Amino acid sequence: MTQKTVLNATHRELGARMVDFGGWDMPIAYGSQIEEHHAVRQAAGMFDVSHMTVVDLTGERTRAFLRHLLANNIDKLTKPGKAIYSCMLNERGGVIDDLIAYYLREDFFRLVVNASTRDKDLAWIEAQAAAFGVNVRERPEFAMIAVQGPAARDIVLGLLPDDSRVKVAKLGKFVAAEVEGPDGIPLFVARTGYTGEEGFEIIVPDTRAVQLWKALAEAGVAPAGLGARDTLRLEAGMNLYGQDMDEDVTPWEANLGWTVSLDEGRDFTGRAALEAQKNAGVPRTMVGLVLDEKGVLRHGQKVLSAAGEGEILSGSFSPTLNRAVAFARIPVGEPGDVRVDIRGREVPVRIVKYPFVRDGKPQDGIVI
Amino acid sequence: MSEIPGDLKFLKSHEWARVEDDGTVRVGISDHAQGQLGDLVYVELPEVGATVQAGHGTAVVESVKAASDIYSPVSGEIVEVNEALNDKPETINEDAYGEGWIFRVKVENRDELEDLLDADAYGELVENDD
Repeated sequence: MTQKTVLNATHRELGARMVDFGGWDMPIAYGSQIEEHHAVRQAAGMFDVSHMTVVDLTGERTRAFLRHLLANNIDKLTKPGKAIYSCMLNERGGVIDDLIAYYLREDFFRLVVNASTRDKDLAWIEAQAAAFGVNVRERPEFAMIAVQGPAARDIVLGLLPDDSRVKVAKLGKFVAAEVEGPDGIPLFVARTGYTGEEGFEIIVPDTRAVQLWKALAEAGVAPAGLGARDTLRLEAGMNLYGQDMDEDVTPWEANLGWTVSLDEGRDFTGRAALEAQKNAGVPRTMVGLVLDEKGVLRHGQKVLSAAGEGEILSGSFSPTLNRAVAFARIPVGEPGDVRVDIRGREVPVRIVKYPFVRDGKPQDGIVI
Repeated sequence: MSEIPGDLKFLKSHEWARVEDDGTVRVGISDHAQGQLGDLVYVELPEVGATVQAGHGTAVVESVKAASDIYSPVSGEIVEVNEALNDKPETINEDAYGEGWIFRVKVENRDELEDLLDADAYGELVENDD
């Protein structure tokens, strides 16, 4: 059964091309995917991300539970509203999912996990939570709208009543606040995103989501589909679960080492496997690739390097750079001249440091 | 969706064929197909002089989303390719039945054209597709 977000009819009214995305009927684009991409880089765009799963955790030992569940250290969160990006690992150190955890109260944390991994995530979290007496509650009655782009912040602030505006304007990066929105809509506004631009991800009761969407549209925010969301996050150097990492890939192999906290004495699931792999030497590494000639890098294409064969993970045409970029996983070692097999043709590519694009601009060394 | 020109013949895989005054056949993809593919960013054109076979992959169009083989509706020799697509692949999005043509074939066997769908039949196929 295909699931629909509460904004489904709104997308269809706007003439969106709908696709199945992890069991959800979602808009891939409303018109030109490239124009939607540019709208977010240059002004403001919004995405319906209501398919994502909100999970509230409550109970006195919630923090202790998250110390155990997450590879990043939840104790970095000391102020209510602050969030952390983390992987949730299996015993082998493989990634079950990547998520954002918000600290709201000492006995109340909120997770936002991927839509495509919902069932296994809930099963895993519930199984682990039992020993800590933590209550796990999915919140399907919430919709979520991401408003992103250099103009996003001012547009959202402009829609808020005075006292809410003051609160939201003060939010640091990766911090959220519960505020009253236009017409008294209760909002959970987080200064987070998946595009490499400023903006907010706003959790809203599904009964009020259409109203919020329309208010944003009237204020000049362009609807953008999952197609643009994918090229934006790739340019911004952000991983996509299922494509860039999964249960057989460790954070070391997915360029997510920065999210792993090997703080002393914390026993999180997967830690032993991660330490063992680190000590033995991580066999594979994830790199950024740029294709300077014509063609498009795609998921699954073979990558040839002096260190051995690898494959393209996320790959696409980058509208900002006007050429193809990709993440690839290749064996560790001196890569030499790297080539990608595109339909039987070996095409030279460059390994680059990513993000490819940040705050609307190509990063150094990406375009030569 | 724009009107389907009545002089075109189609493959089920959404390529169109137009017989020119000189008897050669110009080939492109339908407006429906470009809409489904989304923004095109790259076209891999065949070589002029190459021999092509009806129903075989002859060119590749790549949108942001995916790469798609373009099959030739007829057999013969490639006599011209639309070089303008190298710099402006989005021309196919903008004018699929006109400036967005892809290649032109000197046909071996005109009977092959009889196997193609006419505009009405293709229109019906696309309607059922949506």
